[in-house]
Amino acid sequence: MFKTLIVILMSSVLVNNYVLSKFLGICPFLGVSKKLDQACGMGLSVTFVMLVATVATWPIQRFVLDKLGLGYLQTIVFILVIAALVQFIEIVLKKYIPSLHKSLGIYLPLITTNCAVLGVTIQNISDGYNFLESMVSSLGCGLGFLLAMVLFAGVRSRIENCNAPKAFKGLPVTLIAASIVSLSFFGFAGIIENLLG
Amino acid sequence: MKNNKLSILLRGLLIENPVFVLVLGTCPTLATTKTVIGAISMGLAATVVLICSNVVISLLRKVIPDKVRIPCYIVIIAGFVTVVSMVMHAYLPQLYELLGIYLALIVVNCIILGRAEMFAREHNVGESALDGIGMGLGFTLALLCMSTIREVLGSGSWAGIEIPFMQGHTVSILTQAPGGFLVFGIMIAIVNAVTHGKGVKKKDFGCEGCPSAGICGGNCADKDEKEEKENV
Repeated sequence: MFKTLIVILMSSVLVNNYVLSKFLGICPFLGVSKKLDQACGMGLSVTFVMLVATVATWPIQRFVLDKLGLGYLQTIVFILVIAALVQFIEIVLKKYIPSLHKSLGIYLPLITTNCAVLGVTIQNISDGYNFLESMVSSLGCGLGFLLAMVLFAGVRSRIENCNAPKAFKGLPVTLIAASIVSLSFFGFAGIIENLLG
Repeated sequence: MKNNKLSILLRGLLIENPVFVLVLGTCPTLATTKTVIGAISMGLAATVVLICSNVVISLLRKVIPDKVRIPCYIVIIAGFVTVVSMVMHAYLPQLYELLGIYLALIVVNCIILGRAEMFAREHNVGESALDGIGMGLGFTLALLCMSTIREVLGSGSWAGIEIPFMQGHTVSILTQAPGGFLVFGIMIAIVNAVTHGKGVKKKDFGCEGCPSAGICGGNCADKDEKEEKENV
């Protein structure tokens, strides 16, 4: 049991990294990774929202949609639940923890339309995880996103200063750097089987 | 007037190509272009959703209150995505399996929400439909270009048809995750070079192209600029 959870966690952080191998959440990955503190803030917010979204959507799928045979409404229900949750979290943070709202608040609205959050909730259902496994998988995906953001923020601060060819300036060179970071994550392939198998 | 309509239709294909010029919808562009078949089906599915949602949003543009427009758009888009995915599940089960999770994720595709926000809410039904067709086909065309490069060089075939002399000379990394970033980067660089840097609208990911700008009201960028000013 414990081993299964570790495998799920490790594989979603390293091997099946949401940004670098599944291409989910590319917009914030490229958009907010310019500075390290912003990258951390975004990564933490995404992790937090993923966990909360899983807490909300897993029971809805299991006890409402599946029971009533409304599985086809999954997409609509999930996106609305996530959007409402994000708004709710923002209001609560603003009222009770203003300091946290100040640092994370600006990222929260962006997360509503982040495909990584919707992706992880749908993936948890289609992988047939139970509640605990879903939570661990969401935590892993969030941490994987945070790891990718932080690593890439470091890479990007170097790119800003380099003298790229004219046509490659800006976005193209960033994408090519992302390609190399993604390549480096290939090194983790098989690590799960070797460590825990 | 006719000329104007034609230009709306054609704009999405080249001048304002959603992928290479506006740089929207990066996630499906990178994820579904491993194979030509996957790319075309993704493109067409998104096109159908885009046309339908553009038409409905344009019809309802006077009814939807400004403050809650984004949730309304999301519900409309999610409805059409569900319809498309159910139709694909019923009639094209292989493509449904191939696209998997990315089919449901058309909901959060920036192109669709972006066009609703930037175009459909200010134009009439006919123009919005044309814009949907143009943008959708532009998206499909861009996916087709990317997937052709990746599949021909990466697995030596095109849409599953093997190309004889390419076998055994493949660069298999192109069909995997790093190849997606690499090919996309090079394509944007080519657009940059051809148009002398005027082509790509979004030099960086700014608020103009970001559909979330409607929700955040440009706060994210403001903070950036303020910080930069403070630093200066």
